[in-house]
Amino acid sequence: MKVEFELNGKRVATDVEARTTLADCIRDRLKQTGTHLACEHGVCGACTVLVNGEAVRSCLMLAVQAQGERVVTVEGLSSEETLTPLQVAFRKHHALQCGFCTPGFITTAHALLTQEPRADEERIREVLSGNLCRCTGYVPIIQAVLEARSAYAHKDYHE
Amino acid sequence: MRISNSYIGRSMERTEDLRFLRGRGTYLADVNRQRQLSAVILRSSVAHGRLRRIDASRALAMPGVYRVLTAKDFGAEIPHIALRLQPLPQLEPFHQPMIAHAKVRYVGEPIAVVLAETAAIAEDALDYVEVDIEPLPVVVDREQAEAALLFEEHGTNRAITWKAVRGGADAAFKKADYVRRARFKVQRHAAMFMEPRGFVADWDGQKLTVWGAAKTPWFNRRLLAASLRLPIEAVDLIEVDVGGGFGSRGEFYPEDYLIPAAAKLAGRPVKWNEDRREHMLAANHAREVECDVEIAATRDGKVLGLRGQIWSDVGAYVRTNGCVGPRNVAQYMSGPYAIENIDLTSSMLLTNKTPTGTYRGPGRFETDFVRERMLDLLAADLNIDRLELRRRNLVADGQMPYPLASITPYDSSTELDSGDYHAVFDRCLTDFGWENKKEFSGKLIDGYYHGLAVGSFIEGGAAGPKEEARLVLETDGSLSVYLGSCSVGQGLETIMAQIAADATEMPYEKIRVLHGSTTHVKEGYGAYHSRSTVMGGSAILLAAEKLKQKIKLLAAKRLGCSAEQVLLDGERASYGNRTLPFADLSTAPVEVEAEFLNNKQTWAYGTHAAHVAVDPGTGQVKVLDYMAVEDVGRTINPATLHGQTIGSIVQGLGGAFLEHLVYDENGQLLTGSFADYLMPTASDFPKIRSSVVDLKRCPNNPLGAKGGGEGGIIPVGGIMANAIADALRHLHVQPMELPLSPPRVWALIESAKSQVEECSKSRPEALGEPRDDGERQH
Repeated sequence: MKVEFELNGKRVATDVEARTTLADCIRDRLKQTGTHLACEHGVCGACTVLVNGEAVRSCLMLAVQAQGERVVTVEGLSSEETLTPLQVAFRKHHALQCGFCTPGFITTAHALLTQEPRADEERIREVLSGNLCRCTGYVPIIQAVLEARSAYAHKDYHE
Repeated sequence: MRISNSYIGRSMERTEDLRFLRGRGTYLADVNRQRQLSAVILRSSVAHGRLRRIDASRALAMPGVYRVLTAKDFGAEIPHIALRLQPLPQLEPFHQPMIAHAKVRYVGEPIAVVLAETAAIAEDALDYVEVDIEPLPVVVDREQAEAALLFEEHGTNRAITWKAVRGGADAAFKKADYVRRARFKVQRHAAMFMEPRGFVADWDGQKLTVWGAAKTPWFNRRLLAASLRLPIEAVDLIEVDVGGGFGSRGEFYPEDYLIPAAAKLAGRPVKWNEDRREHMLAANHAREVECDVEIAATRDGKVLGLRGQIWSDVGAYVRTNGCVGPRNVAQYMSGPYAIENIDLTSSMLLTNKTPTGTYRGPGRFETDFVRERMLDLLAADLNIDRLELRRRNLVADGQMPYPLASITPYDSSTELDSGDYHAVFDRCLTDFGWENKKEFSGKLIDGYYHGLAVGSFIEGGAAGPKEEARLVLETDGSLSVYLGSCSVGQGLETIMAQIAADATEMPYEKIRVLHGSTTHVKEGYGAYHSRSTVMGGSAILLAAEKLKQKIKLLAAKRLGCSAEQVLLDGERASYGNRTLPFADLSTAPVEVEAEFLNNKQTWAYGTHAAHVAVDPGTGQVKVLDYMAVEDVGRTINPATLHGQTIGSIVQGLGGAFLEHLVYDENGQLLTGSFADYLMPTASDFPKIRSSVVDLKRCPNNPLGAKGGGEGGIIPVGGIMANAIADALRHLHVQPMELPLSPPRVWALIESAKSQVEECSKSRPEALGEPRDDGERQH
């Protein structure tokens, strides 16, 4: 089946089977491999992408469901030259080790702070509790997201 | 001249983060080859049985299915997975075959490899491979250990018994004022790193290249080459970005052979990438032990001895490092305490479950749970303050080096190398705020019972025999550092660059670190036993000295002086007024190699303390505060070490409260997804603190560092159980089994309540007696 959507600001069109997940489509067909698969049953959050600004598990969404939608992955939240405020805060607080779950945390935290730039620690913990990280123990991730809030509050910072 | 570099000791931000944060890492799933086939492995759905027949004809008829490989395709004799550690000949009968041929012994054992044009087609085809297995009686625990034999010809399901001995335990127990015996259990759980395992293998007719290596590429290369009857030089293992290891990833598994062998048979590259359910069935499990242990002490709380029996459920085969946990649980039970008399046996029992291996702090997490529980039981029985009890027993500075129990067979002895255990103990209590918090102990506040606990631990690191570093001064004046150490996500590129920058005095930005692939150095060992920093880092120091000498010799010729007269500043060689930039030194790269040899472990050590609140209505435990202090001798990067400690503690909390690989009586895994196998999340344990001190440098390596990647996890189980016992001491609740899940804690509370009620009716004087599953005597 043919599917067309916007990926990281560009129109993309590709052929997929009806059963192909959005995650597999993005990774295998469209070669954006920043989105990672760690459980493929919707629990770990590593594959989280933004669909029309909402954090979505791309392993639980079919590619054809993205028809006409606006999809953003971690690559779309990154720039060549510099790190974004969220990425700077993650690096500063050592909020990643192996890095495999990190794209899912970046996309999830970005969606949260875009909608709720003043989210408090409890709210951040609640939202991020849908993403698993085995390395960090989460403490530095929370610190990083708390610190990144100011960039979202003060700037028109949207994907 | 510039001042020498001082990157060691600084919280340098990590080099690898720049790609990970942008989604630009290259993990195994991101590696692809032209004409690649996808492999999916057909695994046994039966825990124990005889393999009668496999019929793949319907699968082979499906479009896009290339081949279905079964045991007979891999040759007349199926190779077995040799042990990497403790390779005792008596364990050879229990080595796992690369693919099941006569019997299957656990659910998840590989039976066939389906090769297809895509992974989806291969997965579809699995359903059409018909497998006929004649079921046999299943062994899932110690009670029915001999209900059936996994290896009929061997006559028992006990693979081996280790014995840890020091002094004379029986004599010590005879003269002891106090003896107590208790039984403990730790549940099966696993490392559960986030990136599923996988390989891409490519055979070009002469050379086999395998992407996806981790942890121990050089050992795996030797075993793979031997299994495929290839010369070692014909095989290269390539490490790409690795999404976590924690002891489990990178050991040689059946797939380490099956995927390269399939590529060789198919004549096309083959890719395999497991999914989570498959990971839970196939990758090493860990930790499942039962302990029946006695402790002996004097009236004033000086521990005289430990003796008893330990049983480890190792699953269906003895895997590469399957002996490490069962050995450690016996050898290290005394931990940081001066216990002179030890007599412990540790038996490895085979069951029809996934085979086991190491998981961060192997055997140490389990044995610390037992020991720290015993110490608190002892303190309560003898009415000695539990802090004072520990102070009386911690190894003193003047007792170093302090020998631990020796282990047989595969004899090994080790000694604690250095440290001020008392100072770190006191530091932890201070940082934790014990004095202010102790009033909460046992109190009921807003419906929660509060409890505190403290415990100390030791962390072995830096296993030998050696590690290799190759330094190359490139013609542009930059430095390439090639290492036998491996990355499992711990920040190796950054840490090793810090060490190399200080050692060579070259600018940090001009150093790149390459590691973990067999193409980099002749012989490497890898990332296990908290060894990368100490072993790889020490090898860099030795190589840097050689490199500087070599540069001086080359520069001397050009500068017209002797090598001794040449001065180096990290970017230039100079003599008098004449300078020679490194980039102009030679038209060819300048290369040196060095090995760091080591036959002594490093012994980091520390103390943790915690404050919990127990909900008596639900059995839920909140961790209100957790403080860890560890001395690693010399910290290279405080931020990454702190990260290792916090992450390790939270893994330990997962093991203490949540994580459990549960089997039913048929050997079926009941917890095969992240919805059933619960791991800590961001909302579970918000307040975890740690500080690292560099009190006593390690005397056994030039860095002065001690391995520090595992310490955080080691004492967590014991501390949580002791804190819960403290919170519920009015009920005499004594947790003897992990995990301390809400249902288990609730059941402990309910059973304690009913016993208190019964006792108060019949024998009110018995309230002071402990009523756990042990017995005691004065």
